[in-house]
Amino acid sequence: MADETGHGQATASPNGLEAGAVLPPRTFRITRADLVRYAGASGDLNPIHWSERFATGVGLPGVIAHGMYTMGLAGQAVVEWAGDPAAVVEFGVRFTKPVAVPDDDTGTELVVSAVVKGVTPDGHAELALTAVCAGEKVLGQARAVVRGAGGTTG
Amino acid sequence: MPIDPSFVGRTYPPTAPYEVGREKIREFADAVGAAHPAHRDPAVAQALGHRDVFAPPTFPVVLTIGTSGSQVFDDPDLGIDFSRLVHGDQRFRYTRPVYAGDRLVCVCTIEDITHRAGNDFLVTRTELATETGEQVVTVWSKLVVRGEQ
Repeated sequence: MADETGHGQATASPNGLEAGAVLPPRTFRITRADLVRYAGASGDLNPIHWSERFATGVGLPGVIAHGMYTMGLAGQAVVEWAGDPAAVVEFGVRFTKPVAVPDDDTGTELVVSAVVKGVTPDGHAELALTAVCAGEKVLGQARAVVRGAGGTTG
Repeated sequence: MPIDPSFVGRTYPPTAPYEVGREKIREFADAVGAAHPAHRDPAVAQALGHRDVFAPPTFPVVLTIGTSGSQVFDDPDLGIDFSRLVHGDQRFRYTRPVYAGDRLVCVCTIEDITHRAGNDFLVTRTELATETGEQVVTVWSKLVVRGEQ
C-alpha cells in the first residue's frame, strides 16, 4: 500500500523492489503449439483452446489461450522481477478478455508489466501487474506479493 | 436456473493423494516458460535452500482441475453447465512451494455463490496440504456460469 509507507516503514524490499518502481516489461509470444503443450502439461483439455470449430461454435472469435496459461506467463515475469523462482507469497488475477491465438507461425504477443505498489511490514513487495494482448488488457486486478531475497523456505 | 446459494459452505471429501513428480514439474515448467534450473535440477534447488525441485507458482491448478474441480463440476446439486463455464478469477496464497515428492490432498469448499445479471458466480477455495497435514497452498477460483441468452 503506497499510502502506508510514510510511517517509518521500509520502502524497499531486500531484493531491491522499491515502492513506486516501474519494472521492465516482459513480452511473451504465444502460438497454437504453446497452447497444445500447456493443455497437455496442465490437463486442461477444453477444446476452446485447440479446436477452431468448437471455439467459434460457442461464440468465441477463435481458439483462445487458457486463462491459466496467461497467468502462468505473468507469473514468470513476476519471479524474474523478484529474482527468485520461489518468491511468490500471493498471486491473483481476474480474466477480463480472451487472448485469441491465430493459427499461424507468429501467433500473438502478450506484454506483462508491473509497478511496485508498496512494501509490506514484513518486507514483501506488492506488485500491480498489467497484461496486454492486441491492445487490450487481458488481466484485471492482477496482483502479486513477493518475498524479499534470502527469505526462502525449505 | 440460478445455482442455489444454500450450498455455500459445502465442503467436499479430501481427494486421494496426488504425488508430485520431478518430471511433471519439469513438463509444467517447460509449458509456462519457467526456465530456472531449480524446477529441474535437485542440486540447484538444494543449493537455494530447498529440499527438492519445486513447481512454478501456477502449478497447483494441475491438481485442482483434475481433483477438487471435478467434484464441483460433477456435483448434481449444483448442476453446472460445463459448456457455459468461464474462468473468472484465480488466486493463490502460498505457505511454501510445491516440492517433488509431495503427496498432496485437496479439500475444496464452496465459499460463495452469487447471481447477477443472469450469470451465476461460484467461488471455490481449495486447501492443498500434505498427507500428514502440512499446509502448502490455498487456491481460490471464481467460476462464471453464463446465463442462457
